Amino acid sequence: MKEKDNSRRQFLTTGLLATLAIGCTSEDPFTAAVDASVEPSGEKVKLLSVDGEEIEVDRAFLKPVPHMPSVSALEARAGFPGKKFVMVIDLSRCKNLKKCQSACNHMHQVHPGQGWIQIHAMQDAANTAPYWQPSLCMHCDEPPCVKVCPVDATFKRQDGIVAIDSDRCVGCRFCMAACPYSARVFNWEKPLITEVQAAQPYSCETSTPQKIGTVGKCDFCPDMVRKGELPHCVTACPNGVFMFGDMNEDTVTNGPETFRFSELIKDKAGYRLMEDLGTKPNVYYLPPVNRNFPFEEGYNTAAAQKGA
Amino acid sequence: MEKEIKLSEAQITADLYPRKFGLPGMLWTSLLIAICLVGAYAYYLQLRDGLGVTALRDYASWGIYISNFVFFVAISLVGSLITAVLRLSNVHWSTPLTRIAEIIAVSGIVFAAIIIIVDMGRPDRFLYVMIHGRLQSPIIWDVVVISTYLVISLLLLYIPLLPDLKIMLQHKEKNIKWLNKVYHFLGSFWVGSKEQFRLSEKAINILAVTIIPVAFCIHTVTSWLFATTYRPGWDSTNFGAYFISGAFLVGAGAVVVAMYVFRKAYHLEKYITDDHFNKMGKIVVLLALLYLYFNINEYLVPAFKMKKFEVEHLEGLFTGHFAGIFWFAIATSMVLPILILLFKSGRKPLPMFIAGLLVVVGAWCKRFLIVTPTMLHPMLPMTDAPEEFMHYFPTWQESAITLGSLAGALLIVTFFTRILPIIPVQETIAEQHETDKDN
Repeated sequence: MKEKDNSRRQFLTTGLLATLAIGCTSEDPFTAAVDASVEPSGEKVKLLSVDGEEIEVDRAFLKPVPHMPSVSALEARAGFPGKKFVMVIDLSRCKNLKKCQSACNHMHQVHPGQGWIQIHAMQDAANTAPYWQPSLCMHCDEPPCVKVCPVDATFKRQDGIVAIDSDRCVGCRFCMAACPYSARVFNWEKPLITEVQAAQPYSCETSTPQKIGTVGKCDFCPDMVRKGELPHCVTACPNGVFMFGDMNEDTVTNGPETFRFSELIKDKAGYRLMEDLGTKPNVYYLPPVNRNFPFEEGYNTAAAQKGA
Repeated sequence: MEKEIKLSEAQITADLYPRKFGLPGMLWTSLLIAICLVGAYAYYLQLRDGLGVTALRDYASWGIYISNFVFFVAISLVGSLITAVLRLSNVHWSTPLTRIAEIIAVSGIVFAAIIIIVDMGRPDRFLYVMIHGRLQSPIIWDVVVISTYLVISLLLLYIPLLPDLKIMLQHKEKNIKWLNKVYHFLGSFWVGSKEQFRLSEKAINILAVTIIPVAFCIHTVTSWLFATTYRPGWDSTNFGAYFISGAFLVGAGAVVVAMYVFRKAYHLEKYITDDHFNKMGKIVVLLALLYLYFNINEYLVPAFKMKKFEVEHLEGLFTGHFAGIFWFAIATSMVLPILILLFKSGRKPLPMFIAGLLVVVGAWCKRFLIVTPTMLHPMLPMTDAPEEFMHYFPTWQESAITLGSLAGALLIVTFFTRILPIIPVQETIAEQHETDKDN
């Protein structure tokens, strides 16, 4: 039953996209759909067609594209069947550029100053090497946050993602106390979003719109996965630090490069954070050896960004 | 045992009957109401603008609201100590103190519930805790045991009140008029027959047995809100017992303070005697020693090992940022009261009152130290957050709400003494008869 629903949705989506694509190739893509009652305003807007051609359209004919059918709340809670998402973070490539953070914050309406990804300056002991460590939700297989949530507002999906239902969250912040990775942030104030954004229905897959008095954190971007794309942090990082994939397919990719997950972890001695707590994270780290950048450079980039 | 002066029934009733507030009473009540109103206004601001009006941020996401919650739950445990533990061990001298303990318990637990709603980011979704409650969350356990404890405490307050309500109804002209209807509604079925006394005696015994495990549960579960996490300072198997011993201590301290105030305000020297203070003093010193024992376990055992995650936390308490308040709390909640109360001359009303105040103030600071320093020592470093996230000092709104809740709890106790006898009248008369018979 469920699969049937999915295929119908997919069919509708493909059809919709195809129509749009065909429409964009003709000279005046909107003529066919033009409502005769719409009077041209005379003001032309330049658009880019899917072929890369620049086209001009009268502003009056522009209509907002209907939203793609969003997944139901139940589907968003269940997750993708047969998937097991995993992320690998290569510490040897990170120089604290924070492109991941700004992309993530932008896409998820995270309050300025907070971050679902935080890049920590790590130094395990006085005489060990410092390194930059992007930290995000570990999507643990034994998530301490899910255990303590009193109202099932944070939950574990079958694809391994730990997600949040901001329509359910009561804002007790027990999950924040329980999370040993400090991965969770709270909407202390009214989110800085437009009224139109705030009026959208909440989705556990986009984790937006942000709502005051609720907890937020990295969601592994299942909405992007549904579109066949990579999470925002992965695509935003110019150094390919983040690799995302499916454990069942044994593949992770940062876009340009794709690796066998098991081989990558084996070859580079991948590890997880705070293994002794038994949380079983789904985020793996590759040690900061043979680095692409010296550690100090991270401070320069951070300072440069602050200055900018 | 000092020689009791014979008192007539009428005399006892007249002495213990609720009285109009004098000038100090009026001033005290107005002050409390004023503090409550400021707190209510601050809460209005918080409702309007969100928890952002507090100093709470992502690291210190629990602050004085949660400390205050733990404090209220702790102080409420005294109801079970005085009413149940002492009753079941056949101790009779504590009878005049039962109602004081029980009203402290009820007001404490009511404000524990209120302050936890204040701490919620979405108080409008409070009912979700019932509708979507998941049994594996310690918060749900807390909701269950706290509401159970509130019901049992209310019954333990109410049932022994019945004979006194009868007395109140016999003196309708002395009472505030509209309250007569309330007294009537609450207690008119009580005629004082032997059968009724037998039933109420039995009911109180059953409740006294029931409330002890429930009391242990409320504070153990409250400690588990912390102990079920991995954080330094909370990750302890000692926490339940540590919390309960501290709770009995602060509750007993609060009863001592209340005893002194009521005795002074209503001239109850014949009913709350020096002997009561002496005996309560022994209880407080015992509890303080017990709490000291648990504190030594709680701080010195991790300090012996100094595990990586604990180091910063413990150093912050012993010599760092929180050292001032830490040593203040240790001194006021344990060391000084022990030093005062170990000696017989220290167990006189005035030094007891001071010791009781020290215990209560120290206990509040102690709850703060249990909650916030741990939150400011996360397991990953705080290197990628705004400066303001790395400290915690409550804002005026937060402080006003917290003070308002404390004033509110005191207001419940104050109003209670105005409308009902704070020392059980009928039980005092009955005891008087018994001592008469013995003589």
